[in-house]
Amino acid sequence: MKEDSSIILAVKNLDVRFENDVVLRDVSFGISRGESLAIIGPNGSGKTVLLKTLLGMFPHEGTISLAPNVRIGYVPQKIEADKHLPLNFKNLLQAKAEILKLPGSEIASTIDAVGLTAFILETPVGHLSGGHFQRCLIAFALLGRPNMLLFDEPTASIDLPGEEEMYELIHRLQEKYKLTAIIVSHDLSFVYRYATKVLCLNRRNICFGEPRDVLDTHTLEKLYGRPSAYYKHAH
Amino acid sequence: MEGNLYAVILALLTALVSGLVGSFALMKRIALAGDVISHIALPGLGLALLFNINPLIGGATTLFLGIILIWRLQGATALTAETAIGVIFTASVALGALVTPSEELIEALFGGFEALDLSSFIVGLIAVVFIGLFILKFRNQLILGLFSPELASSTKLNLSRLNLYYLLVFGLTILLGLQFLGAILVGALIIVPAAIGRQLTHSLNAFLLVSAIAGFASVSAGMFVARIYNLELGPTVVLVAAFLFAASLLHRKT
Repeated sequence: MKEDSSIILAVKNLDVRFENDVVLRDVSFGISRGESLAIIGPNGSGKTVLLKTLLGMFPHEGTISLAPNVRIGYVPQKIEADKHLPLNFKNLLQAKAEILKLPGSEIASTIDAVGLTAFILETPVGHLSGGHFQRCLIAFALLGRPNMLLFDEPTASIDLPGEEEMYELIHRLQEKYKLTAIIVSHDLSFVYRYATKVLCLNRRNICFGEPRDVLDTHTLEKLYGRPSAYYKHAH
Repeated sequence: MEGNLYAVILALLTALVSGLVGSFALMKRIALAGDVISHIALPGLGLALLFNINPLIGGATTLFLGIILIWRLQGATALTAETAIGVIFTASVALGALVTPSEELIEALFGGFEALDLSSFIVGLIAVVFIGLFILKFRNQLILGLFSPELASSTKLNLSRLNLYYLLVFGLTILLGLQFLGAILVGALIIVPAAIGRQLTHSLNAFLLVSAIAGFASVSAGMFVARIYNLELGPTVVLVAAFLFAASLLHRKT
């Protein structure tokens, strides 16, 4: 932290293992306030584990240094909500606000920011569409005014037109609340357009830096183990 | 006569909080745990009867030991709650059946109506108030935990501790119900009112309210029917509750 006061998160030589399985080995990266870090990598490469380790859910070796006063919000991958649960996101937002002792006005402003309606909030969780569910999860994460948001594949359960809308929403929220964002994504077009940094992960660092500098065919092949079929950005 | 009144009041209040505790058990998908957890009290009841100690103290001791063991097993081996409970449950039933004097076994299993002295009534009353306050205070943490452990953790909730608290309150509710429903039937007090509440409502608050009322209605109507027709209390209460559940099935949700 001492070298650069704008650094909000610095990870050094991070190892995470579950019994004998080393899921992450020697992962290092750092980001500054307001940046967008995209984490890309094949399935099983440890992306979700990395996010959850940053949240303190898994034990690790190595160091994770957060700047003082960092509040983290987390948007998980789609939760398979029980269709029969008599819960809606209004209940869940109120629950979080009460646990964190937040004023009721904060719920209202968060709902506005994410563009949710009373109807969506009062729909039982098991009956929400993928897009609405994801927006509700973002509202849940935003409650409590975090300055860093972690997204785990925010478009995984959304159709193609909805994906674009979701990325724009994330970008807009980031600008409005001066958020630092860490986003696990499979979508390289998003990485080129919105990410200021990219971390290529396959249980270890394959590359880290600005997307235009570090993402090339060779790196993507190394990352995914085959010629990349992903969208390539043309300048 | 007063002792009878104490017993009736405590049974009705127990029914009320059972609906609340059962609603969360239903949402956590551990509703059947009520049936099996109650059986963990059996060896304690049996041993207490054998050594002439208050059977409730014996039952409470093994029940709470069993709950802590279940909680530890869940954490240590990542077994699902029901597998862990299943292992302890069968061993408890076997041990309970072996040690409980045979003339007491039927009452331990199926309950009965017994008058209460003032001190037992006050202890029971404190337990009921405690259960109600627990649900009121931890309601939000419980719904976050059952909806998504991940989201709950990201809100810095200690889920393992919360689960232990809930299981202990669950055990306390079972213990209160054991006195008049017995080990086999008390699980019904957890499951059936909550099932009725779920059948009739759409929202969380309505669900909790209707479950509590359904518990109260089952026990009060059960007591009334048992008295009028001179029937055994425990089985009558459970059958009345089952009847109310069947009636609730007629209600078609829109």
